[in-house]
Amino acid sequence: MATFKDFRNQVKPNWCPGCGDFSVQAAIQRAAANVGLEPDDLAVVSGIGCSGRISGYINAYGFHGIHGRSLPIAQGVKMANRDLTVIASGGDGDGFAIGMGHTIHAMRRNIDVTYIVMDNQIYGLTKGQTSPTSAEGFKTKSTPSGSIESSLSIMELALSSGCGFLAQSFSTDLKDLVAIIEQGIEHKGFSLINVFSPCVTFNKVNTYDWFKQNLVSLSDIEGYDPTNRMMAMQTLMEHDGLVKGLIYHNPTRPSYQESVKGYSGEALSKQNLTLPEEKFKELMTEFM
Amino acid sequence: MIEQLSWKVGGQQGEGIESTGEIFAIALNRLGYYLYGYRHFSSRIKGGHTNNKIRVSTKEVRSVSDDLDMLIAFDQETIDVNAHELHSGGIIIGDAKFKPVKPEGCKAELVSIPFSEIATELGTSLMKNMVAIGATSAALGVDTATYQAVVEEIFGRKGEKVVTNNMEAIQRGADAFIQSAGKGVQTLSLKKADGKNRMFMIGNDAIALGALAGGARLMAAYPITPASEIMEYLIKKLPEFGGTVIQTEDEIAAATMAIGSNYAGVRTLTASAGPGLSLMMEAIGLSGITETPLVIVDTQRGGPSTGLPTKQEQSDLLAMIYGTHGEIPKIVIAPSTVEEAFYDAIEAFNLAEEYQCPVILLSDLQLSLGKQTVEPLDYHKINIRRGKLNDQELPEREDKSYFKRFEVTDDGVSNRVIPGTKNGIFHVTGVEHDETGKPSEVPQNRKDQMEKRLRKISNLSFPFPIYKREQHEESDVLLIGFNSTRGSIEEAIPRLEEDGFKVNHAQIRLVHPFPADELLPMLNRAKKVVVVEHNATGQLASLVKMNAGHGDKIESLLKYDGNPFLPGDIHQQCKEMLVNGHI
Repeated sequence: MATFKDFRNQVKPNWCPGCGDFSVQAAIQRAAANVGLEPDDLAVVSGIGCSGRISGYINAYGFHGIHGRSLPIAQGVKMANRDLTVIASGGDGDGFAIGMGHTIHAMRRNIDVTYIVMDNQIYGLTKGQTSPTSAEGFKTKSTPSGSIESSLSIMELALSSGCGFLAQSFSTDLKDLVAIIEQGIEHKGFSLINVFSPCVTFNKVNTYDWFKQNLVSLSDIEGYDPTNRMMAMQTLMEHDGLVKGLIYHNPTRPSYQESVKGYSGEALSKQNLTLPEEKFKELMTEFM
Repeated sequence: MIEQLSWKVGGQQGEGIESTGEIFAIALNRLGYYLYGYRHFSSRIKGGHTNNKIRVSTKEVRSVSDDLDMLIAFDQETIDVNAHELHSGGIIIGDAKFKPVKPEGCKAELVSIPFSEIATELGTSLMKNMVAIGATSAALGVDTATYQAVVEEIFGRKGEKVVTNNMEAIQRGADAFIQSAGKGVQTLSLKKADGKNRMFMIGNDAIALGALAGGARLMAAYPITPASEIMEYLIKKLPEFGGTVIQTEDEIAAATMAIGSNYAGVRTLTASAGPGLSLMMEAIGLSGITETPLVIVDTQRGGPSTGLPTKQEQSDLLAMIYGTHGEIPKIVIAPSTVEEAFYDAIEAFNLAEEYQCPVILLSDLQLSLGKQTVEPLDYHKINIRRGKLNDQELPEREDKSYFKRFEVTDDGVSNRVIPGTKNGIFHVTGVEHDETGKPSEVPQNRKDQMEKRLRKISNLSFPFPIYKREQHEESDVLLIGFNSTRGSIEEAIPRLEEDGFKVNHAQIRLVHPFPADELLPMLNRAKKVVVVEHNATGQLASLVKMNAGHGDKIESLLKYDGNPFLPGDIHQQCKEMLVNGHI
């Protein structure tokens, strides 16, 4: 049995001291061990940006791709080898700006990938420009007079896109975060976990203190039922998306892989590729 | 008795023109004729002129014919647009409904047959195409019973009555033609074929079948003309092999998803045309720097932008060779026949894994959609080579050190493991990296890794990089082409020889890395070189000059109006170049 230490490697992250991403990294390592994974069974696919470096900081098969495309790569990995646990991760710019199209379609498609977004409402690696989750009026290098675009209600959008497992968390709540990631991994289908992970260098508004003051825990809302999609939508709207916990869970929707006609029960990557001669002749005859 | 017939059916798109040609062609293919069909169509579902030109021959044919023997017209526009192709002994058979008239100066015979009226009498005007097929058969001396099996296959599931009605429509069409012929209309009597059973397929069918035979089990793709048939075939077939086709949200997702599953050990392809390839460029670079195998089919069509989406062109060539920013190893293969498309599709997967780089299988609209008779493919030529892929558990390593997936080696190719392999963990990144895949900006490492990657294809082994027809030690002209121009070039050659010129022919099959050493002897022994290609800037000619020199004797013969080269285009224009030194 692997422990969370087995998911550590010898690489020192290049994140700023105090960055929220350190706890997300630790949470993934702990969750992977808690659900009984071995490092060889885990693939972590990440995008571009500070948080995108995470695939290099976990002792697992890591794939650091191109900006905005972690999800198609991760879905390809999972389709090729259904025995692997596949985590995709990256930042808000990666997933909700350049990669937004893939995010919506990954939710619709429902391939069993756990997508963990480190949302800091800013572009950090490029040194401080506005992001799709930045609030209106937010001043950055690219919005010196304040952002005039509305911020994305990403959780509402995920709900309406058919996401079957939707959660939000805060990077300092390590225990809750680990538990949510475990549930996301165990969910059969696509799961989206948005983690508020403050940028201590470029975002002086959405700080650790700001989140502590503004985030509402769903466990504190009496009667909140994460299997009730309408309640989830209403709660998100009431709190302007600033909630944490399991927002929505639909365990009954079959995953893409369970639904594809003829899809191999054995990992496709283990298949023999030789086409039998009789079969080939049959295929040729169809053109005659 | 004629040995070859050029036949065309035309009308409004959505009127059953395609199926008319299809039924006619399948039946004749089964009689043992060699067919070549090329569709003229537009980017819309219904309306607009469309036609299907089919060549029927007792010998193998691979190009659209210069002229026309018989034109089946469902509207006057078909006659007005196409009559000029008919030679003086040709026949137009038009639907009496639109009161067909011959354009001025047209010497072909016009026969008016009530296609629609007969079909309506039999129950539905939809059967007018079957009436037309019957009339055609009578004009060619082909027995109407020939169609029985095809009609049963197509309409059998709709019931016996529908089959009988359609067969009757064919018979009534034949009878109506014979009645008219009795009044003095000539018939074209087609010489009997050998009766052998051969395949009748488009290039895209061959590519898809090749992918299947080559071990592809997943495909990620976005629909586009003229590539969609590849995904449509594979979505029907892959589930029998445990795989599937995933229709993605765009071509960026298609290419990156294919990278993900190739990385995880499954041969995966994507297929698109120019606009899709433009979107895939960044992913191609990712495949290059991460040394992840990737097979992409590019079925070229008219560019740039949306360009001429349903028309023939070969203008993606240089973009496919040089496209993506930065420098990567890449292999670009351009088959020139349907058979080559099949074998090259298999080879594309082998090369992608052996050299761990992107492979582009380049096709063009004429090759991808031109439907032709193909001799049976050779099962014993199919082989699967996975290169330095290790599928065994690795020994335990100390201190969690990573597997050297990008180890610098003499041939540049490193051992590869796939995720899930015990003790095989390594990192993959599009950032420059060290031998274990960890990001590195160390100058010496950058040099080592860049050189290692580029070294991989410097000694690429590819059995027949050029299709050569060398009839002469010294030639007056060497014709060079790639992809589908081969058929027209091959037909133009005997005509040029008849004019007294010594002609050699090279069709480039491996366009990158360019087989300069193979081509040079042919260039050296040619007085003149004419590069035939479907683009406006002479991309292949530039490639030849850049890699093999001889710029002083290289001329370009270009066509970029959307239509395929006819053998006559090449014959006439080459002759003019040889006589006058230029067109």
